[in-house]
Amino acid sequence: MDFKTFVFYMFATIMILASLRVITARNPVHAALFLVLAFFTAGGIWMLLEAEFLAITLVMVYVGAVMVLFLFVVMMLDINLDRIREGFWSYLPLGAAIGLLMVAEMVIVLGGSYFGLDSMPEPPAAAAGYSNTRELGRLLYTEYVYPFELASLVLLVAMVAAVALTLRHRKGTKSVNPSQQIAVKRNDRVRMVSMPTEKE
Amino acid sequence: MNFVVPNFAPAYAELFVAAMGVVILLVAVFLKQSARPFAYLASLATLLGAAFITWYTMDGQVSYTFGNMYIDDLMGDVLKLMVYFAMAVTLLYSRGYLTDRKMDRPEYFVLATFATLGMMVMISANHLLTVYVGLEMLSLSLYALVAFDRDSARSTEAAMKYFVLGALASGLLLYGMSMVYGATGSLELSGIAQAIYHQAGNRTVLLFGLVFLMAGIAFKLGVVPFHMWVPDVYHGAPTAVTLLISTAPKLAAFAMTMRLLVNGLFELADQWQAMLMFLAIGSIVLGNIAAVAQSNIKRMLAYSGISHMGFMLLGLLSGVVDGDSRLALNAYGSAMFYAVVYVLMSLAAFGMVILLSRAGFEAENIDDFKGLNKRSPWFAAMMMFVMFSMAGVPFFVGFFAKLAVLQAAVAAGYVWLAVLAVMMSLIGAFYYLRVVKVMYFDDPLDASPISASADLKLVLSANGLAIAVFGLMPSQLIESCVAALAGSF
Repeated sequence: MDFKTFVFYMFATIMILASLRVITARNPVHAALFLVLAFFTAGGIWMLLEAEFLAITLVMVYVGAVMVLFLFVVMMLDINLDRIREGFWSYLPLGAAIGLLMVAEMVIVLGGSYFGLDSMPEPPAAAAGYSNTRELGRLLYTEYVYPFELASLVLLVAMVAAVALTLRHRKGTKSVNPSQQIAVKRNDRVRMVSMPTEKE
Repeated sequence: MNFVVPNFAPAYAELFVAAMGVVILLVAVFLKQSARPFAYLASLATLLGAAFITWYTMDGQVSYTFGNMYIDDLMGDVLKLMVYFAMAVTLLYSRGYLTDRKMDRPEYFVLATFATLGMMVMISANHLLTVYVGLEMLSLSLYALVAFDRDSARSTEAAMKYFVLGALASGLLLYGMSMVYGATGSLELSGIAQAIYHQAGNRTVLLFGLVFLMAGIAFKLGVVPFHMWVPDVYHGAPTAVTLLISTAPKLAAFAMTMRLLVNGLFELADQWQAMLMFLAIGSIVLGNIAAVAQSNIKRMLAYSGISHMGFMLLGLLSGVVDGDSRLALNAYGSAMFYAVVYVLMSLAAFGMVILLSRAGFEAENIDDFKGLNKRSPWFAAMMMFVMFSMAGVPFFVGFFAKLAVLQAAVAAGYVWLAVLAVMMSLIGAFYYLRVVKVMYFDDPLDASPISASADLKLVLSANGLAIAVFGLMPSQLIESCVAALAGSF
């Protein structure tokens, strides 16, 4: 076993254990942190595949942005664990049977006989000056421009949906609109009243 | 580094709809009072414009662009025209309903426009990536539309269920796609077909991927055993959104099935036909039996939709017999005809539910149709046309749709399957006829005359009459479906 294989198995073992803990941890904050660990090890495996840019993006986007946001939400929500666990034992036999069946099928198909080195030969290593990031950028903006632009529209749809579902204009709040406050003129606030002079 | 700028011409309709979606969004922000009518009229104009573009660029040629990710063929063009039509009718029917419930915000129409774009992308997809992106664009818009009535707990619950199950189905679909890619080394559907044709090995991996692909497809079609979301979402969503979900997306799901299974994995037809057979039997049996027990008409139509999708699969599963694909064109043509007819009937059925609803009242129970004949003999007759057509009573268009798929099944040698389907549709006739019975023989619970805008009444009448008229001359519609498919093979 060379060093690369050793690193792969180490990352793979940690990832599987972390993923298992994500679904078994009692505390949702712990579950989220284990998910972060799973993402880190997945990034490590991608690094072994020479997909450096993807590995760094995974860590930056998922760990840095998505999971931090997720942790905030989890900490702010009052999650009732007992209600989530309701019905666990009654669903377990059916769920476990289907799950085991699927795992067995996957082991049969995904084992070495179909995905081994003889049927899926190892791709040649990239040359020294090869830039993964550059190639990805080139492909994204040329050959894959159609799905890339469509994906940006999917994100737009998600934004529109989020605003449509959550934005509420409340009436009667005492909040002040800063731009209106800055734009105020003297004439809006002060009224000059000419009064006849009065004697006495 | 030799990159050729792709030919945009085949995709003008998609570009137009995408641009209009953004334009509607931007302009509606700056309009204060008139944003709502503007968004409605602009989204109708978008559909009309897209229909013009598709109509004028329609030729019998198959052309590819964007590095073979986009396919422009006759089947796609015809299905797109049907999608525009279904979406336009949906928006027309929904207008009054949305205004009464203060749901006609511009976002509704923006999301509907992007849903249309998602369907167009799915219909023209020639690449696993575009299939998936189109599907997500459609699904995301639909999740948001289901929850659009924000203060209704039932809508929110329905949207949540739809979202969680839909995300799971997308995950299964993606996993299947990754397996197919692993086995064939191509993401492009024609490339996949060629790879399977040339190499006999790795069948097991392909079949494993096919199972997951099939799970995703079955979820989007809403067939047993991936049907659990259908009744809850149809029931929970505002009726206007139920109308939207039950019509045009079914055409897109049909197109996705055709692209993935026929364009991509045709060599595996023996295997996927067997899977489709299980799905079809389950859907026809469960859909028809469960619908009998429903008292809510939206749930009843949901179960009836499940059984209709099962009937449509009868056409798709009888294309190849013992490796002989001579019957394929007729079989897939009958399935496409069934999908088109189902959309026509579903538009009218949910249109009737909208017609009888008014501000503060949802006519969603079968009891609300009681004595409709005394309130409006004309619309009672229209509803009767729809119900007879869905039940498959002769000389309505639904009869010919059922006849076409059953003929395809019999021609492929599945006589027992056709007999089972006929038996189940006899059970199904009970609940369709029950609606006709309460309309004509029961006393109305509420004798107020029907208050709806003139355009809704007019289009709904035309829709009901179309069901009757196409029943008198179905051959042209069937032939045009077969002709549309003929160009794609």
